Amino acid sequence: MYRSHVLVCGGTGCTSSNSEQIIEALNQEIAAKGLQKEVNVVRTGCFGLCALGPIMIVYPEGCFYSMVKVEDIPEIVEEHLLKGRIVTRLLYQETVKEDTIKSLNHTPFYEKQRRVALRNCGVINPEIIDEYIAMDGYAALGKVVTEMTPDEVIKVILDSGLRGRGGAGFPTGRKWAMAAANKADQKYVCCNADEGDPGAFMDRSVLEGDPHALLEAMAIAGYAIGASQGYIYVRAEYPIAVKRLQIALDQAHEYGLLGKNIFDSGFDFDIGLRLGAGAFVCGEETALMTSIEGKRGEPHPRPPYPAVKGLYGKPTILNNVETYANIAQIILNGADWFRSMGTEKSAGTKVFALGGKINHTGLVEVPMGTTLREIVEEIGGGIPGGKKFKAAQTGGPSGGCIPASHLDIKIDYDNLLEIGSMMGSGGLIVMDESTCMVDIAKFFLEFTVDESCGKCTPCRIGTKRLLEMLDKITKGEGTMEDIDKLEELCYYIKDNALCGLGQTAPNPVLSTLRFFRDEYEAHVKEHRCPAGVCKSLLRYVIVADKCRGCTACARVCPVGAISGTVKNPHTIDTQKCIKCGACMEKCKFDAIIKE
Amino acid sequence: MKSLAELQAIRDKARNQINIREEKSDAIRVLVGMATCGIAAGARPVLNSFVDEVAKRGLKNVTITQTGCIGICQYEPVVEVILPNQEKVTYVKMTAEKAVRVVNDHLVNGNVVTEFTIGANS
Repeated sequence: MYRSHVLVCGGTGCTSSNSEQIIEALNQEIAAKGLQKEVNVVRTGCFGLCALGPIMIVYPEGCFYSMVKVEDIPEIVEEHLLKGRIVTRLLYQETVKEDTIKSLNHTPFYEKQRRVALRNCGVINPEIIDEYIAMDGYAALGKVVTEMTPDEVIKVILDSGLRGRGGAGFPTGRKWAMAAANKADQKYVCCNADEGDPGAFMDRSVLEGDPHALLEAMAIAGYAIGASQGYIYVRAEYPIAVKRLQIALDQAHEYGLLGKNIFDSGFDFDIGLRLGAGAFVCGEETALMTSIEGKRGEPHPRPPYPAVKGLYGKPTILNNVETYANIAQIILNGADWFRSMGTEKSAGTKVFALGGKINHTGLVEVPMGTTLREIVEEIGGGIPGGKKFKAAQTGGPSGGCIPASHLDIKIDYDNLLEIGSMMGSGGLIVMDESTCMVDIAKFFLEFTVDESCGKCTPCRIGTKRLLEMLDKITKGEGTMEDIDKLEELCYYIKDNALCGLGQTAPNPVLSTLRFFRDEYEAHVKEHRCPAGVCKSLLRYVIVADKCRGCTACARVCPVGAISGTVKNPHTIDTQKCIKCGACMEKCKFDAIIKE
Repeated sequence: MKSLAELQAIRDKARNQINIREEKSDAIRVLVGMATCGIAAGARPVLNSFVDEVAKRGLKNVTITQTGCIGICQYEPVVEVILPNQEKVTYVKMTAEKAVRVVNDHLVNGNVVTEFTIGANS
């Protein structure tokens, strides 16, 4: 029996800042002090507060150490684990309250969160099935196959109001009911783990932190619709997720929780892993299934919907990772429990990947209907450097921006659609006043142009033309006519593209045009980028009053564009200047400004 | 996996192992003095004895932690037991065997083991 558990985050974020080495050092130090029978080092999934990684929690005290370095380990082991003295300097300062430690759940980052899909992330070791079972894992599967009929299962999911967390928000229960109603000799349950939006990492964290939750939910879905085979389509760029899924599959087989005759009920279910090569379009359901079949991942028109004719031409359901992560909890706690969270039409919680210009970069799960202001200002800890909030992008390249005037919007599926954005899978990128909205639209269009599969003309050529027009505008060469043409082409692509990728590709342009048309016009009419981002339109100048003539800028300039003598104001030759901004960063007197 | 009972058995066993990671409100707190003086006097076997005994009995609402030097080094190993809303009880010159009795009498049954307390030994 261990007297202390040390939980270290083994998610991708913390792994990239050396949590593996930290675990290794911990084990060595603990062995050197002879504590290996007393202290258990546990590699968990993501805690969510990625900005402060690598993260470590020591129980029973519940001490939350943040930004731990390998060099800190001897001190933690010697002081805390051996002598019981908490290393205060490494504590997450929000948890330090006078002389006592505040519970992590009472810090601003965690207080407003409600963890359902992420309930086990950062709590259990995802590579040990017993720890998942300890958190009531596989109890829902057991209940379903021994006590419920498939129709009863579907009814609970329908009643819960759960909607697809992949972005479009289709009611999950209805999808299952449709697939269950179609008679076939073989049906399939698929999981879309092909998370491709720039800035989104919710699904990865569930896969890495709680892979059994996904397996259990897929088996439940299989029982509900009458399928005996499932496939998880996960991108090969998620090596940790793939590894943990494989371990989880092996353990579930060993325990007989997958395979033949589960819980002696006569129900058979198995799951295969399929690795994607990372094409964004393969996150689209028809393209994804085509890719599982071993063909080139291209979409095809719907109907027929997958519930009628999906994988290998058989009735198939395809849900997103986060959707599945809610299933077992709904079965165990009931539809009413789930409905008690969130809003009337969007029940439950949603996980968001907070990124961009925000203090607490990381993963948060909040009840639907939480306002954007609460997420950004309270949970996210506001914007660094005291800058002003300008907009937040939801739904990645398929979504749109929410401007500051809508900060109090209650986030759910319908409210976001109303203002021209969408829930998307849950990426939430915060932008401050130093972000140019035309440039942002251009960034997302570059992404979709790259990722367009090329099968249909509106997407293949249309998005390319959109990008060219945006490029022209950011160079100050656009006309007012271009803006009108841009808008017209957006609607044309929306109406005519074959799949979801193309149909939503113009959204970033349309929503920035809707809320920030003045910025587009400033680029065109005044040849000016209000945020000072578009390089072609800006000029670096030295304010003579502020310049002390320290020569720091002249020395850092890579092209020798700055001239002047010591202790006299310098000047920038705009002909030579390549607008790299190095001088501005170097200046200690704020004498260099962008115009 | 053949039955729900089988799953439940695995659950209960595993739960006992990771119970430590839960946040407990109004838990019974056992503090073992683990400064240099405590460790030298044999606090480590005492601490482990508490952990094992509490686990063996499946007590859910007990937190066992270390603490620093309480200042009465000649009485080490020193253990403090704090029940919710009660005065703390200080046990001195503890051993692994005495720890088992404290768990049984004090933590489970609520009877202070007076003969081990500082009052009876000073």
